[in-house]
Amino acid sequence: MPDIVIATTALTRRYDALVAVDHLDLEVRRGVIFGLLGPNGAGKTTTIKMLTTLLPPTSGAAWVAGFEVAKNPRDVRRRIGYVPQMVSADGALEFMGLAAAAEALVRTYSGGMIRRLELAQAMLHQPAVLFLDEPTIGLDPLARRAVWERLEELQDRQGTTILISTHDMEEADALCDELAIMHRGRVASRGTPAELKGQIGPDATLDDVFAGVAGGTIEAGGGYRDVRRTRSTARRLG
Amino acid sequence: MTSAAPAAPLAASADADPVSGFVRQSLAIAEAEVRKLARDPTELLTRAVQPALWLIVFGSVFTRVRAIPTGNLSYLEFMAPGVLAQSVLFSAIFFGIAVIWERDLGIIHKLLVSPAYRGALVMGKALSAGLRGLSQAVIIYVLALVLGIHLQFSPFALLGVATIVMLGSALFATFSLIVACIVKTRERFMGIGQVLTMPLFFASNAIYPLAIMPPWLRAVARVNPLTYVVDALRGLMVQGGHSLFGAGADVALQAGVFVVLLTIAARLYPGLVR
Repeated sequence: MPDIVIATTALTRRYDALVAVDHLDLEVRRGVIFGLLGPNGAGKTTTIKMLTTLLPPTSGAAWVAGFEVAKNPRDVRRRIGYVPQMVSADGALEFMGLAAAAEALVRTYSGGMIRRLELAQAMLHQPAVLFLDEPTIGLDPLARRAVWERLEELQDRQGTTILISTHDMEEADALCDELAIMHRGRVASRGTPAELKGQIGPDATLDDVFAGVAGGTIEAGGGYRDVRRTRSTARRLG
Repeated sequence: MTSAAPAAPLAASADADPVSGFVRQSLAIAEAEVRKLARDPTELLTRAVQPALWLIVFGSVFTRVRAIPTGNLSYLEFMAPGVLAQSVLFSAIFFGIAVIWERDLGIIHKLLVSPAYRGALVMGKALSAGLRGLSQAVIIYVLALVLGIHLQFSPFALLGVATIVMLGSALFATFSLIVACIVKTRERFMGIGQVLTMPLFFASNAIYPLAIMPPWLRAVARVNPLTYVVDALRGLMVQGGHSLFGAGADVALQAGVFVVLLTIAARLYPGLVR
């Protein structure tokens, strides 16, 4: 029982009429790399924002590292690290003033290096739980692998519990121990990658699992803003 | 439901003393700002252009026509504190835009997920604005010397001016943060920033005394914080200048307004990322 590091009960977030996260029940055990999958607008980012205390839940409750998110946000914040979705390499460099410091230096800072720098930053205080919103979006395969290796190292050496959101089925398969596929604010399916694939058939891939859950239909929930943001992040990180 | 057990005690040992924690966190935010400025100081120089124009062009012309009653001071000496206050206002009032930019980069998210006090995050920004304001003051002092304005250089006067510049910058930057938290996009902020700066400047005693204003404008100027920044500077910056309300009262009033704005901004700040 004490091994549950993240737990939610009927966690709900509404934006006016839109129910972004709808009575979500989730449990993540200590030391696990947990992947949140789901189409745009499924509620992944909203869930992460609530778990990291950035967004108060409309109803329901969530516990992270032993503290209730809405009641003890500062206690939660002492124990978590967070790498948000929208950070762009250019912007981050500009912000740190490196752009003016040396042209050559900038060119050597690739998207992958920025991501690893951010990871290092989020791990400075040795958090028990690490949240990453689409950690490898826009990275080339090598950079992506480097980020995975770093995350696995954290899991092995420090027993860090890691929750990521991703659209990358290869990442979900290779990196995550457990997955939850979200759809319209709820968990539509969960299990280990092998379990999820096994439910579909012997040769199934996670793409098949994902398509089965999302229904292969054009999703109404993923707004233009979401698409635009993802696209510009990908472009700038490239 | 209490199944999730408390994690490593390491992080829990943070901030035993809230006051030193608050100060440390505020300084950390300000330090990042100073580092940015040090890496790219061009902004400081370009910001010197506008006050230079006001002093050299506007000031010189109005000194010759003697259209505005300024007592024992020349018009240039009268307006120099006003131009400093204006620089403080103009550089601080757009602070919110930088914060919206940082939000778009995910930097505000990271800060808000850290255990830092929300008030300290805002205080750090206010402090940064104050330091920028001080750099403006240095430039304007140099300009004023070149133009032959007789400045006060007693330690008391210099310290007083520095205090007022820091406080005024902090006040307007915090106000700007509040606007940013409400409008949330750069485009809307630009529009509002333009709408705010000119009325704040012209409805103040920066370039003409309260005494010659029509009653309605004087009433507006009396509730405009910039008036008190200018008033205090007028007493301390130039030789023979004196303040209408007294520098002490001016500073107390600014400090009061700043604390109120800081409280509001700290409450609104987390809303930036929702």
